[in-house]
Amino acid sequence: MIKKQSLRAAYGDALVKLGQQDSRVVVMDADLAHATMTNTFAKAYPDRFYNFGIAEANMVCAAAGFANEGLMPFVSTFALFGAGRAYEMIRNSVCYINANVKFGFSHSGLSVGEDGGSHQSIEDIALMRVLPGMTIFVPCDPLELQKAVFAAAQIIGPVYIRVARPVVETITTPDTPFVPGKANVMRDGSDVCIIAAGLMVTAALEAAEILSKDGIKAAVVNCHTIKPFDTQSVLSMAEKCGAVVTAEEHSIIGGLGSAVAEAMAGNVCAKFARIGIQDKFGKSGKPSDLFDEYGLTAQNIVSQCKTILNLKD
Amino acid sequence: MDDKDLALKARKIRGDILHMLYLSQSGHPGGSLSCVEILLALYYRVAKVNPNDPLMENRDRIVLSKGHACPALYAVLADKGYFPRNDLWTLRQIGSHLQGHPDSTKTPGVDVNTGSLGQGVSVAMGIALAARHKQADYRVYAIIGDGEAQEGLVWEAAMAAAHYRLDNFTVIMDHNRLQIDGTNDEVMSIGDIMAKFNAFGFDCAQVDGHDIKAISQALTAPFKGKPKFVCCETSKGRGVSFMENQFGWHGKAPSETEYLDALKEMEVDVID
Repeated sequence: MIKKQSLRAAYGDALVKLGQQDSRVVVMDADLAHATMTNTFAKAYPDRFYNFGIAEANMVCAAAGFANEGLMPFVSTFALFGAGRAYEMIRNSVCYINANVKFGFSHSGLSVGEDGGSHQSIEDIALMRVLPGMTIFVPCDPLELQKAVFAAAQIIGPVYIRVARPVVETITTPDTPFVPGKANVMRDGSDVCIIAAGLMVTAALEAAEILSKDGIKAAVVNCHTIKPFDTQSVLSMAEKCGAVVTAEEHSIIGGLGSAVAEAMAGNVCAKFARIGIQDKFGKSGKPSDLFDEYGLTAQNIVSQCKTILNLKD
Repeated sequence: MDDKDLALKARKIRGDILHMLYLSQSGHPGGSLSCVEILLALYYRVAKVNPNDPLMENRDRIVLSKGHACPALYAVLADKGYFPRNDLWTLRQIGSHLQGHPDSTKTPGVDVNTGSLGQGVSVAMGIALAARHKQADYRVYAIIGDGEAQEGLVWEAAMAAAHYRLDNFTVIMDHNRLQIDGTNDEVMSIGDIMAKFNAFGFDCAQVDGHDIKAISQALTAPFKGKPKFVCCETSKGRGVSFMENQFGWHGKAPSETEYLDALKEMEVDVID
């Protein structure tokens, strides 16, 4: 079992395993194979790997062409240059016809670190979420990332897998279910529900542990699929707890926080707060320093929970 | 079918295009009328296609990257028997399989959905590379507009086509020299387009884009180890004197009088 691994390394390993089982799989990159770790696949299957150079738009359209011919391309680059720069190609050449293209975009969020705000995608989930037919996975650890890759291959149509850069602890087990569109309750609770995705799931579990010491029972939901969204689970947890805090390494606009708010509006009455990037760009720094400054920490989750519960921090 | 019959067919296709646009009161006559002979050369002379089995595995793929010219493509597909000719009169109407820009999920015979310029040729390059990957021997033809060459994506695709030595891939330009806001040269000159594709590593040819025989010859001339570029010199609005070489007819439907005048000039009967 994997203990500690970067999500991008897990992505590369998962592609190799999937490639062994499914001959339709081809992998594409735009001169970032050494960063997205698709070079692991390239080494294993040189004839099934295509580098398109620094030309993301062309890579996405080429992938649509491969899908048209019955192949299953996994397309990789940095989230900003895929979801951002090639957005309209993803929309019109892929999603518009439900083409069977998978996007494994890495270096999402602030955890890119030192490269700075120009390379930190804080809006990729928002961009992908508005595309009809797109499935969006935001895995929280190396094991869940592998499951997401295999689940993506079972779906006919476009899938977006958000791959974070850092090395992280494995917090799920091989038996933890990964059902697309079905959020996992990682910890039960009745006072407040923390709904998190990606790297923030670990922080949410830590926060729940801290809160328990103050007698607050916090539930933690791992919302690994942002689309299709598990409205039912979110509503039942919101109803049960009466207070919801979302946590994501993404803008609070258009991502998980927005999806939860949209699900709850008009359906349930609960106190609510969103933790994420507060409508501003990232900047250079160590990922841990950036997470501290932007409030993407267990401590900030604790304090937001207490605030909406009208308790002193 | 001999050259004379195909020339007659070109007239009929132009009549169908005008009728479609007249009925829908929207669409793009200029660029549809300019690429009629290119499409006829492909569908009747050059490409391996099968209207009875539109998704035939080893068919050649034809991608109308300048998707706004789809009335011409639809008229040719109907003429080939992909769907009934009467469907043409539903163009752009709600519920029609004939969308304002080609939709491969709706229209039999449309290989790639296009319309957002630059993307069709890039997808077509991907199909050609996928054919190589699968060791399949079909060919891929992408028809682009000249204004379309202003899109950077065209050149990303061209670079990749040459890099991967795609000698199953042909880019055909409908070089009518006009675009929405004026001439190419006024809006954004595409310069020496032959030299550009040549520099990108294509095997290049230039032909009269209204001469089906010349187009067919250029398309079937063998090429090896590199992709091919065929520049078809055309006139926008071809066949209708008052539309010809007028950029104002890029995206405007004819009135009833204009429609009737055009059919009369082309000696095509009014369609019931």
